[in-house]
Amino acid sequence: MSKIVFPAETLELVKKIIARYPEGKQKSAILPILHLAQAEWKWCSPEVMDYVGTLMSISPIEVYEVASFYTMFHLEPVGEHVIEYCRTGPCCLMGGVEVYDHLKKRLKINTGETTKDGKFTIKEVECLAACGWGPVFQIREKYYMHLTNEKVDQIIDELSK
Amino acid sequence: MKILTEHIDVPNIDTIDVFMKHGGYSAVKKALKKMSPDEVTEEVKKSGLRGRGGAGFPMGMKWSFLAKPEGVPRYLVCNADESEPGTFKDHYLMWKSPHTLIEGMIVSSFALGANTSYIYVRGELMYVIAILEKAIQEAYDKGLLGKNILGSGYDLDLFVQPGGGAYICGEETALLESLEGKRGNPRNKPPFPAVKGLWQCPTVVNNVESIAATSWIVNNGGDAYAAIGVGRSTGTKLISASGHIKKPGVYEIPLGITVEDFIYSDEWCGGIRDGHKLKAVVAGGSSVPILPAELIITTAAGEKRLMTYESLSDGGFVSGTMLGSGGFVVMDETACIVHNTLTFAKFYHHESCGQCSPCREGTGWMDKVINRIEHGQGRIEDIDLLVDVAKKIEGNTICPLGDAAAWPVAAAIRHFRDEFEWHIEHPELATKPGAVFMRKGASWTK
Ligand SMILES: Cc1cc2nc3c(=O)[nH]c(=O)nc-3n(C[C@H](O)[C@H](O)[C@H](O)COP(=O)(O)O)c2cc1C
Ligand code: SF4
Ligand code: FES
Repeated sequence: MSKIVFPAETLELVKKIIARYPEGKQKSAILPILHLAQAEWKWCSPEVMDYVGTLMSISPIEVYEVASFYTMFHLEPVGEHVIEYCRTGPCCLMGGVEVYDHLKKRLKINTGETTKDGKFTIKEVECLAACGWGPVFQIREKYYMHLTNEKVDQIIDELSK
Repeated sequence: MKILTEHIDVPNIDTIDVFMKHGGYSAVKKALKKMSPDEVTEEVKKSGLRGRGGAGFPMGMKWSFLAKPEGVPRYLVCNADESEPGTFKDHYLMWKSPHTLIEGMIVSSFALGANTSYIYVRGELMYVIAILEKAIQEAYDKGLLGKNILGSGYDLDLFVQPGGGAYICGEETALLESLEGKRGNPRNKPPFPAVKGLWQCPTVVNNVESIAATSWIVNNGGDAYAAIGVGRSTGTKLISASGHIKKPGVYEIPLGITVEDFIYSDEWCGGIRDGHKLKAVVAGGSSVPILPAELIITTAAGEKRLMTYESLSDGGFVSGTMLGSGGFVVMDETACIVHNTLTFAKFYHHESCGQCSPCREGTGWMDKVINRIEHGQGRIEDIDLLVDVAKKIEGNTICPLGDAAAWPVAAAIRHFRDEFEWHIEHPELATKPGAVFMRKGASWTK
């Protein structure tokens, strides 16, 4: 991996984020900055978290402590596309179990695994606040709703190109 | 009667010009130019509006508890963490009509004397955060945010804060910890946020829907709001409807319509999907007790149940439930109650922050025991074991997540014990894919 430094425009954004909080309360910026870091480097490696600590002038351990509490931060390497499907009750009622099984079969991996070519990782998450539009999964910031087996195939085809 | 969603389907209502063309931001003009902060608070009190995040606490009263020491900043924090299974109304409102929330934020911040406010949105909704940030920028550009808003002398900065994926951060003190950049562990109370909240300053935390409703109240008066609804359930409520109904989605209902109407009328859910019958409903998000068809349509006393705080809780936990966050999950006869309860038990186990042992250990136990029942390895004593574990959690924890984990399990057993027994006694049947217990002579009617 090349040297871990945000591009200039992200650094500008970091400055703006830090300015949202009163003097001395800059630690509040940690979640927004971790999100930016994950968007940049796909997962929060120890090096990435150390860099976030440096940016915020806090110790690395403080960053690990926070990052490990929140499920959105990947503390292990992930594939290019992380598919996070909602496994909670309402989505199951809407046919989630079958659709997610199909997804796993299609990619030939289980939840928590990454395809050999490094393209896809599947993760299981809790309710995504889209229950009436389920079954649903999320790939980065995009929500894919009203999923069916056919739709899943289309999405995978599209992303495999 | 629509208050929050009247214009939600107007094309481009997410842009400020279209929003203003439909009367948007008139409440900001009225409040900041013609009213004092106390007058706004007074109208909210009169409206009888109750917190829409789940607990139903009167909003005006909550505001009046806010400490106002000289020289100390106060904060309004909007709770947009929406993570209670079954609930997706705040998501819908912010996505479709972000200015509805922003207008409410300005009016409410003004009433509380807050000059900096935050909207804490669950991190998964990054695309909604982008929508809100764009809308906030538009409001700054029109002089509706920032310094000396509309020449009134009132200043307000508004920021959006992303969460990181943790249901517990919906609990208001955990949310404040998270907003301070820490792990989301709920705080011991007291002190309450109204006295020591964000950065130890007086803070009000309110739900998206609660805050959004204040604009209408400013425009039309608290009495007009209170005139909608029944008794102490005033105004309208966004209901997130999901499950086996013809038309899942978010509906704004006047509080007080019957549950039966809500499920079967074409105006709302449109009835159970063709060829199926109503079996059970979780009426207010995963945390509230599940009720079988007969008890959700009518109370134990035989009265039609209404969509109100009082009517839904009629009968207490023996035969009633709660309005909660309005996450209305409908199940027909194909739904397996054990499986659904298992997903909820897994949820709470996963989401417990681990600070108190009854919650940390208890949620793990319940997950494990229901899991073995679901997979055909249960023992008949397991059912009472679950009831016992649920009792041990209830009331013995720092925050209400413990109760929220215990209630759904206890209620599922209370109303569907035979279904748990069937799983245990007939593992060979129960573990077949798609197999569901059918109660003999079940009264699931239509
Ligand atoms: C575990 C837990 C999760 C909660 N999640 C939310 C939530 O996602 N959104 C919300 O508005 N309130 C949630 N609440 C309720 C808040 O603690 C708080 O009561 C609410 O934000 C107050 O706003 P209101 O009075 O406008 O409802 C949650 C409570 C608990 C115990
Ligand atoms: S009840 Fe559960 S979630 Fe709440 S503080 Fe205790 S351990 Fe944490
Ligand atoms: S249960 Fe899947 S989004 Fe809520």
